[in-house]
Amino acid sequence: MLKYIIRRLLMLIPVLIGVSILAFSLIHLVPGDPARSMLGEKATEDQLEALREELGLNDPYAIQFGRFLGDIVQGDLGQSIQSKESVGTELIHKLPATMELAIFAMILAIVIGVLAGVIAAVKQYSWFDNLSMTGALFGVSMPIFWLGLMLIWLFSVTFNILPPSGRLTTGVELHTITNFYLLDSILTWNWAAFQDAFIHLLMPGIALATIPMAIIARMTRSSMLEVMRQDYIRTANAKGLKKTIIIFQHALKNASLPVLTVIGLQFGLLLGGAVLTESIFSWPGVGRYVYLAVLGRDYPVVQSTILVIAAIFVLVNLITDILYKYMDPRIKFE
Amino acid sequence: MKKRYLFMLLAVIAMVLSACGNDAGGDSDGDDGGKKTLVFGRGADSIQLDPSKVTDGESIYVTNQIYDTLVRYEEENTEVKPALATEWEVSDDGLVWTFQLREGVTFHDGTEFTAEDVAFNFERWTTSAEFVYYGYMFGASEEDMGGIIESVEATGDYEVKITLSEPNAPFLQTLAMPPFGIASPDAVEESGEDYFKNPVGTGPFVFEEWVPDDSITLSKNEDYFGEVAKVDEVVFRVIPDNGARFMELQAGTIDLMTGLNPQDISTAEGDEALQVIRRPSMNVAYMAMNTDKEGPLADKRVRQAINLAVNKDQLIELYEGIGKAAKNPIPPSLWGYNDEIEDYGYDVEQAKALLAEAGYADGFDITLHTFSNPRPYMPQPKVTAQAIQEMLGAVNINVEIIESDWDTHLATTENGEHDMAFLGWTGDNGDPDNFMYVLLDKDNATVGSAGNIAFYKNDELHDLLKTAQVEMDQDVRTGLYLEAQEIIHEDAPWLPIAHTTPALAASSSVMDYVPHPTGSEPFNLLDIQE
Repeated sequence: MLKYIIRRLLMLIPVLIGVSILAFSLIHLVPGDPARSMLGEKATEDQLEALREELGLNDPYAIQFGRFLGDIVQGDLGQSIQSKESVGTELIHKLPATMELAIFAMILAIVIGVLAGVIAAVKQYSWFDNLSMTGALFGVSMPIFWLGLMLIWLFSVTFNILPPSGRLTTGVELHTITNFYLLDSILTWNWAAFQDAFIHLLMPGIALATIPMAIIARMTRSSMLEVMRQDYIRTANAKGLKKTIIIFQHALKNASLPVLTVIGLQFGLLLGGAVLTESIFSWPGVGRYVYLAVLGRDYPVVQSTILVIAAIFVLVNLITDILYKYMDPRIKFE
Repeated sequence: MKKRYLFMLLAVIAMVLSACGNDAGGDSDGDDGGKKTLVFGRGADSIQLDPSKVTDGESIYVTNQIYDTLVRYEEENTEVKPALATEWEVSDDGLVWTFQLREGVTFHDGTEFTAEDVAFNFERWTTSAEFVYYGYMFGASEEDMGGIIESVEATGDYEVKITLSEPNAPFLQTLAMPPFGIASPDAVEESGEDYFKNPVGTGPFVFEEWVPDDSITLSKNEDYFGEVAKVDEVVFRVIPDNGARFMELQAGTIDLMTGLNPQDISTAEGDEALQVIRRPSMNVAYMAMNTDKEGPLADKRVRQAINLAVNKDQLIELYEGIGKAAKNPIPPSLWGYNDEIEDYGYDVEQAKALLAEAGYADGFDITLHTFSNPRPYMPQPKVTAQAIQEMLGAVNINVEIIESDWDTHLATTENGEHDMAFLGWTGDNGDPDNFMYVLLDKDNATVGSAGNIAFYKNDELHDLLKTAQVEMDQDVRTGLYLEAQEIIHEDAPWLPIAHTTPALAASSSVMDYVPHPTGSEPFNLLDIQE
């Protein structure tokens, strides 16, 4: 097992090198000029040239790429061209924001999605099955920005019970340690901040959870249906085991492998694909950060952030693979 | 066992409910401790809080509160009034400006403001190409980082002498631009590389906190030399989505917002709790006609006919409530705007007559270059081009539309490859020179780097504009610009299209808020009704 994990971690290196080459070439291939986007369209050619020289943008691509790799190896993610802030410092703030939202959304999606999927499978063709699967169909096809705006309109404008945006009400004090606000408020025993951070998470969490929740529900249902028809379930039934034990202990465990794969992949997508949710709910996360960096041709930010997200994506999938073993002891890692 | 789960579930629900009950909508008017807080919602965060290094409006919006310039703009127009400088005079040759500075002003860090500080700031702006507006406005280059400013010396504790290498009448206007806000030298040296996030000026608000991509908090400067702010605190909040931002205004979590969607204007106007405020325009959108090319456009009568054949009211409808028809190259908010001029008006018959007179009764073929993405002064370039195509079709002018991306469009028009082309301009320092000289003088009609993409060359106009550049008396300058606009109107090198007036929305409790044409304004004069 340990050997397997170490091997997988070593495999990270070629993957990340590949990703960095890809990220570097993609952003440099896109037409546009960081100096121009920084100085505005009225800047003179003289000024642009001077700034390009200052930023080292006139060097050959190979040298720029070498510099980028060299810094990365030393743990330096570079400095934003636009804001002059170090990318590492920015990510320490923005990554936890996105991770907190994504984890919260994933928990929502898993709990509700798996539960709905299981019930729908057990009570196949019942009203609940029809209703939840129709709901899931809507869920996968619903545009997030529309759903987000509707949630704000309903809960913030009409009923005024949930805050429409941000992570924390301005003025609520929270001493940050990890920048995961829920965790920080627990660590510092700050109940007011915990409540505030929690209600701020609700709407963006729901909006972000909708699509994975729908996918997980559909996946769980079909996987459960398959497992429930197998012989060992009939045997368990014949033994007179309690229905809940059969479903949750015997069936669900075996049905969860494909679901687990989906969860791993979806989580990675949530990390990168939260741009819309972050925009609508003014969530200061990494999705918007990298989106704005692409618009402003902020090369160091784009390159390093993509690299970090890719690393997390790979790690999450490694964790999923390890969980397989727990779910299905027949799986052996060689 | 089961009971315990049930209990936990109930506990979680109770927690959520109690949290929701906590007046989650918030109360932006801020009753906490009787503090009056203005929450300002906008689409993007500031990039840096060092005004001398940025070109984005969102950074300037905040720094305009923290810093003062030597002179500031009047509340509603671009005339200048004293700020850090109380008086000034210029030598007869227009080369030496002497400023008397305000005494007893302190920076937010407690240090005293003196003439040395002014010299320090001017010196600092010449140290890197990053100080983009300095370079652009004063013509600095890599070889000559100072540009037209030869020297800035403190000739007393409260007197500064600025020597120019050539007379520059708009100089004072330029000094009023927020990028030339005076920073505390102590703070600049102390913070070094990090100065951009620890700004220290003399302005009506003091910087408190910046949570990137979330909010910037400022508190009022009790010792401000001008009018002390009526609100205690200003919070700039980033809410990227226009629709979501408007809902926050409806929910009462923000007091004031920029970037109102055109389709939300009527909703806001119909809501008693809200008000719609329009920012006066500082830009112009136009269709330039290339007078340099042999063919119909070289004839003044044809250009006038095109002006007559276009129904401007119909074009303005494409601005969805944020545009005003233009008749002059400068917007009405600028001093020197000639309101006496009567626009050509929509008259197809007269247009046909003029074309016939010029020998084009049967019309001709022509190209119209446009760009694909919306610009602040033209929200729908393609549709606007199609509308003009149809209108000119009615007088037998057959328009071919050529659409390209922005960079290509700029290059094509600078090179004069077009017959007709859309373009626009947003003013920098609120001086008519910044529009008319840049966009219509023969000096700027050089193929390859033209700002004057009509390639319009009129010596009479050139003389007027050149005289106005070195004339220091504003009344005389006003007269010169009024006359210049008449010449431009008569020669019709452009079809002036529109000036945009961006819409802002505010809670009706916000009072005395006057948006400035330059795009931002200090918040010390506005108030929130209890």
